[in-house]
Amino acid sequence: MISLFLCMCLGISITVWFTLLLVFIIVPAILGVSFGIRRLYMKTLLVIFEWATLRMERGAKEKNHHLYKPYSNGIIAKEPSSLEQEIHELRGSANSLRSEPEFEMADIFYFCRRGVESIVDDEVTKRFSAQELESWNLLTRSNYNFRHISVRLSALWGLGVLIRYGFLLPLRLTLAVTGVGLLLVLTTMVGFLPNGETYLSEKVHLICYRICVRALTAIITYHNRENKPKNGGICVANHTTPIDVIILANDGCYSMVGQVHGGLMGIIQRAMVKSSPHIWFERSEVKDRHHVAKRLGDHVADKTKQPILIFPEGTCINNTSVMMFKKGSFEIGCTVYPVAIKYDPRFGDAFWNSSKFGIVNYLLRMMSSWAIVCSVWYLPPMNREEGEDAVQFANRVKAAIAAQGGLVDLLWDGGLKRAKVKDAFKEEQQKLYSKVLVGDQDQDDLSEDTLVPDERINEDDIDTDSVKGLCIQCEPTPEHIVLTHESVSEE
Amino acid sequence: MGSRASTLLREEEIEEIKKETGFSHSQITRLYSRFTSLDKGENGTLSREDFQRIPELAINPLGDRIINAFFPEGEDQVNFRGFMRTLAHFRPIEDNEKNKDPTASEPLNSRTNKLLFAFRLYDLDRDDKISRDELLQVLRMMVGVNISDEQLGSIADRTIQEADQNGDNSISFNEFIKVLEKVDVEQKMSIRFLH
Repeated sequence: MISLFLCMCLGISITVWFTLLLVFIIVPAILGVSFGIRRLYMKTLLVIFEWATLRMERGAKEKNHHLYKPYSNGIIAKEPSSLEQEIHELRGSANSLRSEPEFEMADIFYFCRRGVESIVDDEVTKRFSAQELESWNLLTRSNYNFRHISVRLSALWGLGVLIRYGFLLPLRLTLAVTGVGLLLVLTTMVGFLPNGETYLSEKVHLICYRICVRALTAIITYHNRENKPKNGGICVANHTTPIDVIILANDGCYSMVGQVHGGLMGIIQRAMVKSSPHIWFERSEVKDRHHVAKRLGDHVADKTKQPILIFPEGTCINNTSVMMFKKGSFEIGCTVYPVAIKYDPRFGDAFWNSSKFGIVNYLLRMMSSWAIVCSVWYLPPMNREEGEDAVQFANRVKAAIAAQGGLVDLLWDGGLKRAKVKDAFKEEQQKLYSKVLVGDQDQDDLSEDTLVPDERINEDDIDTDSVKGLCIQCEPTPEHIVLTHESVSEE
Repeated sequence: MGSRASTLLREEEIEEIKKETGFSHSQITRLYSRFTSLDKGENGTLSREDFQRIPELAINPLGDRIINAFFPEGEDQVNFRGFMRTLAHFRPIEDNEKNKDPTASEPLNSRTNKLLFAFRLYDLDRDDKISRDELLQVLRMMVGVNISDEQLGSIADRTIQEADQNGDNSISFNEFIKVLEKVDVEQKMSIRFLH
C-alpha cells in the first residue's frame, strides 16, 4: 500500500515538474518570448551578494583584520617607456651619432627592472585563469581570500549549495538533454524536406539554442541588433568559452566552422549539417591552408548562405582582454561583422580554463553556478581598406571589439597559453639594444620597442597558424565534445 | 579551487616577512596571490620553468640571469620567503627608513644591496669578481648576434679598463660601486608597488 502511494506521489510530482517545465521554459523558448523570471532572479541575487559583502567587511573590521582586495588596479605601477629612452636616461646623455659602440655597466638596470616587473605582474599569464572577484558570490570556487565568513554567511552559502545542486542543476540537465535531443530529431526531420528550405531549419535551430540558453540560465542582453551579421559575411567575436557559440546562435543563424568529431559531437555535427550549411573539416584538411580558404570563400560568395562564425583568437581567454587575432579569416576579403561578448563574472565565471578542467567538468560547473550573465554588442560591419593588409585589418577589428567590450587590447598570441614564446621576440629585443650600442644604421620604426612582440614577425608562421585561426577553437583533449579545432602546440 | 591564498599564509608569517622585507600587509597578500598563480605545480615553491612561462620574461635578453637571482646557490626551488626576499631589493628607498634602528642590519632595498643585485647578474660564477670572460658572456646575451666578436671584445676591454683600479683585469664589487656612483640607482632599480 505504502509503496503504491509513494509511486503515485512520485508519478504526480514528475508530471507536475514536467508541466511546469513545459509551460514556463520550453513553450516560451519555442515562441521566443520571455516571462522575465531570469532577470528577477538576477536582481535578487545581486541584493544577496551585496549583503554578503557588507557582512564580510563588518566581520573583518570586528576582528581588526585586513580585508583582502584583489589587485584590480595592478600590483605595481609601470611606466610605459621604450628601451632607447630608458638607456639614454641611464647614461644621462642623448648623443645619437657615435663612431664607437658605447656600453655602460648601468645598462643592465633596464633589463633587470623590466624582468622583475614582469615576474610581479605580466600582461599575459593572468589572462589564462579566471579573474578574481571584488566580492564573494557565495561560490566556494571563487573564494580566494575571503575568510571572514560568519555563521550566518555560512548558512546562506549552505542554502545556496542546496538550491544550486538540488534544484537548479537537475533542472538544467533536463533542459540540456531536451535541447540537444530536440536538435538531433528536428534537424534530421527538416533534412528530409527539399533543399533550400531555410525558414524551418532556422526556426528549428533557434528553438534548440533557446532551450540550451535556458539550460544554462544565461541572461543575455543584445545591443545594437541592427548591426546583426548578414549573409555573405563573417562574424568574428572574442572567445571566452565554448558557450559563446550558444550565446550568439540564440539570436541569429550562423554557419559553424570546425573539425569533424567522433562520438556525440559527431552525431550533432552530422545532424546540423542536414538542415543548414555548416563547414566541418576533416583533420587532414585543416593543415591545407588553401583548401580551407577556398571552402570559406565559396561559402561567403553564396549570398543565400548564413554568415560564418569564427573566433580568431584561437583559444579561450578569460574575458579581461582580447589577444592576437589570427589573420586567416581576414584574408578572405568579405565583410566582417565584429561582435563583442562580455560576461559578468559575479554570477558564475564562464571562462573555460582547459588546463584545469575538462569539458564535462566545465559544463557541470556552469550548470551549478548561479547564472551566466553577459552582454553582446553587435558592431558595425568592417571592410578591409585600401592599402591595409590582413594583419592591420585584424588589429583594427580587434581594437574595435576591445573598446566596445571594455577589454584590454593585447598584441600577444593566445597560443602562449600552451606554447613557448618564439625566440624571434627575444632576438628583436637584442637587436634594439644593439642599435643603441652602435648607433642607428638604418632608421627602422622603433616605436614598438617596449617589451611587446612585433606583429611583423608572425608572418613567418602563416601556414598552420592562420588555418587554425579559421576554425572555432577548442582545447585538444580527446574527451571534449564541443566544436573543435587544432591547438597551437600541435605543430 | 577553494581559498588558496589565505589558508596557506598565516598572520605570523606575514608579520615576519613584513619585518624582513618592509612590504605592507596588503602588498604581501597580493604578492602571495601572484606567487601561487605562478606555482603551477601547487607545491608551495617555484621552479625555473615556472618563471620561464612568463612570456615577457622569456623575451628579456637577461631573463635567465634574472631568474637565477631568485634561486640560492645550488638550489632549484624557491619558496615564498625567498621570493619576497629577492623582490624586496626593488622596493623604493623611503627616507623615514634611514632613521630607524641604526643597529639593525642594512635593509634589503638599500643602494648598496641594489647594486649588489646588479653585480651578481654580471658575476656568473659567484666569485665576487667580474672577469673579462663573464662580461663578454653577459654582453653577448644582451646583443644577440648583431655585434661581431671583435667589437664586443673591444667593448669589454674598454669597460674593464675604465673600471679596474687594482690592475687585476677584473671588476670587484667596490670598483663596480665606484663606476656607478653617478647613476640614480635608487630610481632605476626600484619598482613602484601599489598599496
